[in-house]
Amino acid sequence: MIIDATNKYYKQLNEEIKHTQTHDITVKNVLGQRYIGTGVKDKKMTVYGTPGNAMGAYLDNIDIEVFGNVQDAVGDTMNDGHIVVHGKAGDTLGYAMRGGSIYVKGDAGYRVGIHMKAYQDKQPVIVVGGCVGSFLGEYQAGGTILVLGLGSQDSSPIGNYCGTGMHGGNMYIRSAVKPEFLPPQVSIELCDSKDMAVIQPLIDQFCEYFDIKEDILRDKPYYHIFPNADNPYKSLYTSY
Amino acid sequence: MGIQYLYPEFEVHRNFDRCIKCRVCERQCSEQVHYYDEEDDIMRADESKCVDCQRCVTMCPTRALKIVKTENTFRPNENWHQNTIEEIYRQATTGGALLSSMGNPKDYPSYWDRILLNASQVTNPSIDPLREPMETRVFLGKKPHDLEFDSHGELISKLPPQIELEVPVMFSAMSFGAISENAHKSLARAATACGTCYNTGEGGLNKSLYPYGPNTIVQVASGRFGVHEDYLKAGCAIEIKMGQGAKPGIGGHLPGRKIGPKVAETRMIPEGSDAISPAPHHDIYSIEDLRQLVYSLKEATNYEKPVIVKIAAVHNVAAIASGIARSGADIIAIDGFRGGTGAAPTRIRDNVGIPIELALAAVDQRLRDEKIRNDISIVVGGSIRSSADVVKAIALGADACYIGTAALIALGCHLCRQCSRGLCNWGIATQREDLCRRLNPDIGTEHLVNLLTAWNNEIKEMMGGMGINSIEALRGNRLMLRGVGMTEKELEILGIKHAGE
Repeated sequence: MIIDATNKYYKQLNEEIKHTQTHDITVKNVLGQRYIGTGVKDKKMTVYGTPGNAMGAYLDNIDIEVFGNVQDAVGDTMNDGHIVVHGKAGDTLGYAMRGGSIYVKGDAGYRVGIHMKAYQDKQPVIVVGGCVGSFLGEYQAGGTILVLGLGSQDSSPIGNYCGTGMHGGNMYIRSAVKPEFLPPQVSIELCDSKDMAVIQPLIDQFCEYFDIKEDILRDKPYYHIFPNADNPYKSLYTSY
Repeated sequence: MGIQYLYPEFEVHRNFDRCIKCRVCERQCSEQVHYYDEEDDIMRADESKCVDCQRCVTMCPTRALKIVKTENTFRPNENWHQNTIEEIYRQATTGGALLSSMGNPKDYPSYWDRILLNASQVTNPSIDPLREPMETRVFLGKKPHDLEFDSHGELISKLPPQIELEVPVMFSAMSFGAISENAHKSLARAATACGTCYNTGEGGLNKSLYPYGPNTIVQVASGRFGVHEDYLKAGCAIEIKMGQGAKPGIGGHLPGRKIGPKVAETRMIPEGSDAISPAPHHDIYSIEDLRQLVYSLKEATNYEKPVIVKIAAVHNVAAIASGIARSGADIIAIDGFRGGTGAAPTRIRDNVGIPIELALAAVDQRLRDEKIRNDISIVVGGSIRSSADVVKAIALGADACYIGTAALIALGCHLCRQCSRGLCNWGIATQREDLCRRLNPDIGTEHLVNLLTAWNNEIKEMMGGMGINSIEALRGNRLMLRGVGMTEKELEILGIKHAGE
């Protein structure tokens, strides 16, 4: 099923998507329509153009592949499914995401993966091929964030204040230099072979999605950022 | 350890003539105040642990116990009150920010207590609710500007989604985790029995409570705990929590020790991990961003559920409410500075926010002035203590009220304000299994139903006295209100006259 999004308001477009009977849907000429994939179940969507904000919000068991850039709040509170973006992503990518995966070929904006969390077999993953802005993984409670930093050359691919309030999960950063300006709640170490074994499947998947040769991801070290404590606020208060 | 400066606040008075050493007090006290001294064959108490929850007093079969505020005082000082000094001792020994529970206990003015209701005399006769129909049903949601009917008089216009309430009082947001499963069950069942709603708070909704969905408001807050599509569709409305009266401007934190298997399952987070709700939603920095979240929720639920935006009553509340009304939200919930909480930093709880009475009056007036009042319903909470407060709130412009503390009191809460410790002896604010069992959900439900039934009857009586027979006719009817002992400015903000005028 092919849907042409030209001159369609998001409400109309999403209504059409929801009422499509076929499992595979291709949406063409998308230009800023919001909430694509929200409230839809068990579909595989291919999107051409530039989807608007909150694509895949509360996403559940849907695969969305986007040929183009995506805007802000993609995968907000996503529960399951896979989002693959052949382009760049805006701010708050994967906010409070609980399951599934988001792969972005290029850069992503500020506040990526804030409050990402895991639950039982739900282990969310965000992989960003390029660089990300500040505030990556704030309040992260679970899951995995991998930033590959393609195009970052000799500088760190993450902005400032990464991991403030982090109390679970893991971040991995491929970087020529050790990322600085991290808050006291987190520790950073060079990845050992055990860490590499964890992220290798993600790297493989990234290379497969975007048809990238893995060699170019081997020239820089990977850093592992993880929380110092599971309960960072425990000693902050005295109750009476 | 250095010197312990803090003297116990309460004394346990035991009448030894009455005490039969049955040790009920000992078994009932989760704070471990009471103990049996075998050597002397006598019950003793460690008063330093007593929080005055009144559990032992209530359970003592011979009424041998009472808890009394200690007469021991520091040298009286009108500037440095004893508790001010003790708070400094506490911080000096721990280095921690002070953490408290329940609502602001300070001596700020309660405007409800300075507002008086009208009644009919001679002209415009009063109505006896026993013999006349009285309408306490309300609909919350956007009201259309005009309606279209076909030639048979049937409505053609598609109405925006509404919450239908038989009584203008709902149970406000309290999460499973902050309160016990039995407390949640009681609220859910009572809301269903009374035709009103309870609110999940930011703790998700356990599948076992899905049957109460038509009377459930599901909350989405900054931590998005337990939020997924089925959850959003499970309730009758979705509430976006931007703020809370007890702690405006800050987030929440359920400590890992309260996250047992069932709480973890409901919040969809691992057992024992902290549940942190950041202060802001990090994807909402503007009204436009809020609109984005409102509509993402509507998209996810096919525009079938009204969306509530809950904020704390703060200084600029009228302008914020105006923005919320334009964000596409169907209902705004405003929580006054006296609103309760499972835990809040004391300084925030006691010093931030404004009284709900003033906030409500300002918001209602602003929305009327801007001609957008019908685009949004107003729900207020933050210390609604009686049906009189409800009537006054509605006359000031509210569509309905939220009660939290009052509901917990109906479940047995004695306001000892120790919720954050998780040792609630009444089985309400705890996850400890033996304590949870103390709250029987059947009895809890019955008490809540009784409370709402009583309030609803009182509301009808008060309305009848004013010659008003529906909430619709009471809403925003400020002529029914008069102030006593207020300044002109206060009366101006409340939009009411002084008594005698």
